[in-house]
Amino acid sequence: MTRHNLGPVKFLVVLLATSAVTSCSHKSESAPLPKPTAFGAAIVESTGGKQTAQTGARLPQPLVVQVNDEQGNAVSGALVQFAAALGVTFDPPSGLADSGGQVTTNISLGERAGHYQIIASSYDRSHKKVELRVEEIALGYQQTLGRHLADQYCERCHNPESTVAQVSNYDNLEVKPHPFTEGETFNQISDADLTAVISHGGPALNKSALMPPWGNTLSKSDIQALISYIRAVSDPPYVPTS
Amino acid sequence: MKETLKSLWQELLGDSVRAFGVVSLVLLVSLAIAPAKNHFSEWRRYQQGYLKLIRNRSDAVTLQRHFQGGIQQIWLPDLGVVDRCTSCHVGLKEASLNDVNVQPFRPHPAIPHKLDQFGCTMCHRGQGAATTVAEAHNSTLAWEQPILPTKYIESSCGECHHEPLAGAPRLNQGRQLLSRYGCVHCHTVKLPDGKIVKPTDDPPSLEHIADKTTREWIYAWLKDPQAYASTATMPNFKLSDDDARDMSAFLIANSTPAPGDTIALSTKASSDAAAGASLYGESFCASCHAVQNAAGNMVGGDIGPELTRIGNKVRPQWLQAWLRNPRAYDSGTSMPHYRFNDEQVATLSGFLLAKTDSDLLASVHLDAATPERIARGKRLVSDYGCVSCHEIAGIKKPENFAPELSRVGSKPVTQIVFLSDMPHTLPDYIAGKIRQPRAFSSGLKMPQYSFTPAEIDSLTTALLALNERSTTLPRSLNVSTTPESNYEPAGKAGKLMTDLACFSCHRINGRGGDMAPDLSWEGSSVQRDWLVKFLKNPGTLRPALIRRMPRFNLTDSEVNELTDYLMTVYQNPAIDSDSMPLSGYSQGEVELGKQLFYGKYSCQACHIVDTKNDKGYIGPTLTQAGSRLAAAWTYQWLKNPQALRPGTIEPNRAMGDEDARAITAFLMSQKSGDKKKVAKK
Repeated sequence: MTRHNLGPVKFLVVLLATSAVTSCSHKSESAPLPKPTAFGAAIVESTGGKQTAQTGARLPQPLVVQVNDEQGNAVSGALVQFAAALGVTFDPPSGLADSGGQVTTNISLGERAGHYQIIASSYDRSHKKVELRVEEIALGYQQTLGRHLADQYCERCHNPESTVAQVSNYDNLEVKPHPFTEGETFNQISDADLTAVISHGGPALNKSALMPPWGNTLSKSDIQALISYIRAVSDPPYVPTS
Repeated sequence: MKETLKSLWQELLGDSVRAFGVVSLVLLVSLAIAPAKNHFSEWRRYQQGYLKLIRNRSDAVTLQRHFQGGIQQIWLPDLGVVDRCTSCHVGLKEASLNDVNVQPFRPHPAIPHKLDQFGCTMCHRGQGAATTVAEAHNSTLAWEQPILPTKYIESSCGECHHEPLAGAPRLNQGRQLLSRYGCVHCHTVKLPDGKIVKPTDDPPSLEHIADKTTREWIYAWLKDPQAYASTATMPNFKLSDDDARDMSAFLIANSTPAPGDTIALSTKASSDAAAGASLYGESFCASCHAVQNAAGNMVGGDIGPELTRIGNKVRPQWLQAWLRNPRAYDSGTSMPHYRFNDEQVATLSGFLLAKTDSDLLASVHLDAATPERIARGKRLVSDYGCVSCHEIAGIKKPENFAPELSRVGSKPVTQIVFLSDMPHTLPDYIAGKIRQPRAFSSGLKMPQYSFTPAEIDSLTTALLALNERSTTLPRSLNVSTTPESNYEPAGKAGKLMTDLACFSCHRINGRGGDMAPDLSWEGSSVQRDWLVKFLKNPGTLRPALIRRMPRFNLTDSEVNELTDYLMTVYQNPAIDSDSMPLSGYSQGEVELGKQLFYGKYSCQACHIVDTKNDKGYIGPTLTQAGSRLAAAWTYQWLKNPQALRPGTIEPNRAMGDEDARAITAFLMSQKSGDKKKVAKK
């Protein structure tokens, strides 16, 4: 009788286990990778590297990479997979190179501010991995505020590139300002010196008076935000010395 | 089986001593469960992990001194915050842990609020009082709000901050889209302070639409607005051919001729494309209207509709009447009333009518409108809520046509029907609903927008900020928007300003656009003669600007009327125009001012005085500053620009009286027509 009673219980346990297993396997199972129809020898960046976006947000432009063969000609049909640190998502995470040898993906960065390394990888004919590393930058709250202030007050002179909406004043200046991405310059300047030159103008560091003082216009926290933005977009990346 | 049980019973509880012993043992074990559970709790494990992490660091001593063991709690009764997150997130305030990349030990990035004053769940949501990862972060049976994904975090800023916020661009963009794309025409959005969010688009009235366009164009537009203009804010209602056919029939049949004899005014459109392009350019039409160029880029502003295929849309007579005086057709339009003469109307209309796309209407062949079709069209127009945005004679604007969204950010997940492939969270639901509104059930009317994924994230962020909690927060935290004032200039000049649509670009006393300078203090800042000349023929003050003040072909009396009004009414009380003379400064003062201008203050970085040597073009050109600007204004401006125009980007140099006076003297020496060379610095 007891054995008889255990029957349905056993059945239930088995059912639960199988449903758990199937639901788990369903979850972890990602879309099957497409089969490559060709192999390349190298991956090169087409567009979409060195972009900035807010933490957790999509990059404004997709990342486009190109698969080439030994001669540098585009290869269509090669499989490219994208990978990065935890929290970065790709849409799509992999793809076959199109007729121009290109694969396009939209990237959303993780929740932490800083540099993210994106790895695009493929296999060559001998099943050796070929890789391309691209860097993207996520901005936190402070850097986002800094970017807003830089756009408003600084970029007209510090950014040499003109757009229709914002014509650059860079070429008009006798002493050229440093673009904020210029890591070789900015990484040599301490936070204290940057604060001084922003607050009191170029002469504070024996530099040109064409750089005006902003200490009466921007607040201390504004200037901090600006510096954190400059540090974030610096190329090569800024490494704090302390 | 029975036998075994019996012997077990005998073994354990056979006599009273045995029973007592066994029961005591069971009691002891059960009493030990609670402390054991506590001992092995998650937060303890994390705290031990933290201590291990900091042990070998150079800053270990400081970190250890800051560390407090046990359950930590931020309790803020006013905000309803009971957050124990810091029990596991022990390093949140330790900026020196910046290099640590493992959670829960990362320090919190810099934000304008203090953890002790706002807690964690105010921004991140989740269950603050929980002490396990799963309960704190996820939704449980007893707690619905999981942690907010980072990409929507700015929605929490929006619970208190209702004004645009420099550090929250996604929230700002989302809110702007809600108004710009007219979401709030159908969905009411009431902010916690009772203000109703207003749309910023301006859908045209359809009462006289047959004057303006054809049934064929209406049909094509209804089927796919973005095929006509990719920047169109009108969404796609996914109408069937029959529906669009009948709705277009109704709209044409329902239209009445606009009052006024517009057709008799028409002249023959000119085919001089070069003259047309040059008039289009001179009139700065592109400041407000965009045209897609051959490369596919939009060139121009977005205040008025895109004109890429305008020739497909408008009837020539209507266009000419519109160019002659847009206010005759639509009294509330943001388009200025240019005083174009017949020849100019012919030139410009010819130029615009040539902007066509031969494919757009090529395949549109509509059967004649029958009374049945018109009646069916009317029903459809009414059903789809067209009158929520457009005025249509004979149909009343519906109340609450779509669900109110004032509390959409706390819609219970249990009330939501999700799509099958969709994560069961509120942000995913809102984003999904914007992305594909009709997918959620059949018979839904919400149209299809063509937002980018980033725009959908922004809209979702803005909508999540509209929640229950934002209404219960202390009033002191509420940062309200400054409402747009309903300032109206008075008298004849006021009428003229409305006719010229000055407020479309200029802001005065808290009302108007931001494309052109704020004119609230214009009377204090410029000289009368200059203003007269400028209104007659606006030159450019900023070399790098592509959007400029157009020439309206005003009569002398109109110019005088406007100038008198601007000069007398828009005076800044802090500026006494008699306090500084326009001329008569000593040569020494002028010379000193020049030295200061080029040396200490290096104003030439942004301004041009000497056109040969100066190149800066961020600020206005100052070659004729002495004929344009009032001296007292210039002096006060130099001392503190933001006091006169908040938000202006000229840095405040905290200039002393003497320096400001000398530079004023130098600038006042720069008169128009005055060819006196400015010596090289």
